[in-house]
Amino acid sequence: MAEESVLTDEFVRQLIYVGEADILIGVPTYNNAETVGQVVQTIRAGLLKYFPRERAVIVNADGGSRDQTPDLVRGASISDAQRSADFQALRTLHCISAEYPGEPSTGTALRTILASAELLRASACAVVSPESTSIEPEWIERLLRPVFQGNFDFITPLYRRHKFDGLLMRNLVYPMTRAFYGKRVKEPYAAEFSFSGALGNHFLAQEIWTHEAGRTGTEISLTISAITGGFRLAQSFLGVKPHVDARSADLIAAMRQTVGALFWSLEPNFSLWSSNHDSQSIPTLNAGEEVTLEPLRINRKRLLGIFHSGVAELEPVLKQILSPPTLSELQRIAALAEDDFSYADDLWARTVYEFAASYHKSVISRDHIIQALAPLYRGRAFTFLVENREASADELQQNVENFCLTCERLKPSLVELWNGRK
Amino acid sequence: MREMIVNELTQATQELIREFARFLPRLMVMLIVVLVGWLIAYLVKWILRSILRLIKFDKLSEGAGAAQLLNKAALPSSTELVSRFAFWVAWLGFVLLGTSALGILGMQEYVTRFFIFLPRLIVALFFLFFGLLAASFFSRAALLWAVNTDMPSPRLLSSAARVLITVFTASAVFEELGLADSTMLLAFAIVMGAVMLGLAIAFGIGGQHLARRFLESRFAPEKKEVKDGEDELSPL
Repeated sequence: MAEESVLTDEFVRQLIYVGEADILIGVPTYNNAETVGQVVQTIRAGLLKYFPRERAVIVNADGGSRDQTPDLVRGASISDAQRSADFQALRTLHCISAEYPGEPSTGTALRTILASAELLRASACAVVSPESTSIEPEWIERLLRPVFQGNFDFITPLYRRHKFDGLLMRNLVYPMTRAFYGKRVKEPYAAEFSFSGALGNHFLAQEIWTHEAGRTGTEISLTISAITGGFRLAQSFLGVKPHVDARSADLIAAMRQTVGALFWSLEPNFSLWSSNHDSQSIPTLNAGEEVTLEPLRINRKRLLGIFHSGVAELEPVLKQILSPPTLSELQRIAALAEDDFSYADDLWARTVYEFAASYHKSVISRDHIIQALAPLYRGRAFTFLVENREASADELQQNVENFCLTCERLKPSLVELWNGRK
Repeated sequence: MREMIVNELTQATQELIREFARFLPRLMVMLIVVLVGWLIAYLVKWILRSILRLIKFDKLSEGAGAAQLLNKAALPSSTELVSRFAFWVAWLGFVLLGTSALGILGMQEYVTRFFIFLPRLIVALFFLFFGLLAASFFSRAALLWAVNTDMPSPRLLSSAARVLITVFTASAVFEELGLADSTMLLAFAIVMGAVMLGLAIAFGIGGQHLARRFLESRFAPEKKEVKDGEDELSPL
């Protein structure tokens, strides 16, 4: 009951009406009228099909939508799914929707969902993005079953997506999270995930809710918290991820939510990550083909243009963040012709580590440090696109794996930077 | 005649001795005030230096760009400079206080003026520091925004932000110090007017396409064309 104060009176009233639940599915929303109806109907179909005997509830935490999102959620919950001949619920399936207080924020929405799960004593919970239009009823089973059966505490998703989607994830967030925390969680910043009731209570007790960086990148903070807490992790293949995820279309916002939260997490967990020297894989459930290769038109020149502009124009800022050898190396590759340009694994890993150390030391505003990394990331993305233009799915996975190993190999340099020996 | 001269000399000597006897305690009071003042000023310097080190003032001033200026002028660190400044202001205050004990005609007025001016000086220095800090922060923010949105001439934009905030800060500092109020106000109005007019003309003539793009993306995002480019990729 510790988190009851997070919930508004309206939320508590609706939760008390529900009583207790075995399964809870949270849907954080803010102006998602276009997609939320379909998503809630699919969740409902998944629950009716795979968990008909369990007491289940769908909890919609809304940030004050002005486009009737909550009405659509409630409407979808009493839709034709229950009347379908295929599925028949044996228990009442509740669907509640209420507005959480304060500004719209995924962090507050997730905290509200966690507090609801605690109040309802749910043993297995999942979070589903209202923008996941490719969701299938099977996703619900794949996310919840391993947790509900008590085999795992935290399930992250694996998606099928284009080889050039999720560039930030493949070139920074996954390799660095793996290098720091020693677990090969391929989607540490997941739109869909599930967790046990015990882990939900652990999440609620974390410091992330009181820090801006933690609240901004709650999804990755929860993953890190599950890893550092020693909980049982697995990743489950779900299916196709929508091509463009609206929550991450803005690169700077995406970097704040992922890289900012990742860098911030390094401070309280220094003793843990500084003593990790390698990484372990985690079980993969329902394995499927993760990479698609259909042709995609990409404006690579713009990426390189912003990299060039960044290295030249941000020199005074980069001087405060990077070591002189790394900065000179960046200036050297920025002077190369497009055909010769290559932002190699070693240099990119060193760049990110030096940014992480500068973030720790707050050499300038931390938000400015994250923003200054964006143009350099674009240069790295350019190299990744060029090097993998003709790559098969296996070759691409191997290239990502090689970069991950480079990050693990170079991690001691961050420990040295962290302790101020460089 | 001779007796008169001797009497006058004796009287003058006695008067001088009496004056000196009256002056000596005041001089001693002054010396004591100056000495005690030195001790207090030194204590103020030590306490201030400890507090500034505790709050990492050097790092703050580095962010404000003040550290670079001090380095160029071969001055000590910001913490050292501020604590030394506090020492000298405090000690000077005690020296003036001690001097006023001597009873020198007109000195009291200068002492009063000094103590009236002191708070304004401190407020002006406060404005200057935070003004420089704001100028540095916002110019860097403008630079990063311009680079990340692929705007032309990011450094020009950044410098414009720095100059505007610095001019505003300088005018606030001078106004607080009460130095040439009307001249500074006039100069500020002229500079700001010229900058704004220049920006308006430059933006209106040279940047109409940019302005249209900006306004369209801000207020009519649904009309924005999906370009063949990076926007098609999701970073996450």
